[in-house]
Amino acid sequence: MTSTSRADPRPLSPHLQIWRFHITMASSITHRITGTALYFGTFLITAWVVALATNAEWYGVIETVVSAWYGQIILFLWAVAVLFHFANGIRHLLWDGPHIGFEPKTASTVSVFIYLFAILGAAAIFAATTWL
Amino acid sequence: MASHDFITPAKMARGLGSAKTGTETHIRQRVSAIALIFLVPWFVYSIINAMGGDLAAAQAWAAKPWNAILLILTAGAAFFHMRIGMQVIIEDYIAKSGTKSALLILNSFACIALFVTVALSVLKIWIGAGA
Repeated sequence: MTSTSRADPRPLSPHLQIWRFHITMASSITHRITGTALYFGTFLITAWVVALATNAEWYGVIETVVSAWYGQIILFLWAVAVLFHFANGIRHLLWDGPHIGFEPKTASTVSVFIYLFAILGAAAIFAATTWL
Repeated sequence: MASHDFITPAKMARGLGSAKTGTETHIRQRVSAIALIFLVPWFVYSIINAMGGDLAAAQAWAAKPWNAILLILTAGAAFFHMRIGMQVIIEDYIAKSGTKSALLILNSFACIALFVTVALSVLKIWIGAGA
């Protein structure tokens, strides 16, 4: 307690490398990764809203970035992250509220389904916005 | 003793007891998640449409009262939710108390600053349109 930069004696969470691979472990970690990605994604969305409120020059810059190939990749990954975090978030609410979906087999199946939903959903959104 | 029988007094004194605010944070994260279930689909649909058009069309969209209200609500729920999420990640993986405190403060400042920025921008578009 006397030194200025003491380490908190509470235990830390286990780090990534100690987990043996399993689909539910992967989806849990992906939930955190997508959450973190969405956190930094809001910086970009905020820039877009500020450009809307300020001027055409800024908006033009953002439009250029969004339509470039790297902007499209960012948008696609953003869509995947939103869909994954959204679906897995609903699963967390079902776990916590009505206690649905805890059985190992169900949990594994739902994990696979959420990955498919996120990737195929993002692809569907992209297809719809490109061709419709 | 009644409400925290799991921890001995000695452990409390050494600072290893619970932080006491975990349940509240847990519930807040879930309540904001429930709000986002409704707000995020609207937001994703809207932003795709708005990005498809030009600046004037996007501004006209944001200036509509319902859209302005929903934009600010989405920003509020999202920044509230992500602040807690990042706080938990920092608390899970950063052991050094000085670094941990600095990151927690930075996280709070960033989320609040982003919310104010979005809210003010939306208000500016809304008021600027003379609605």
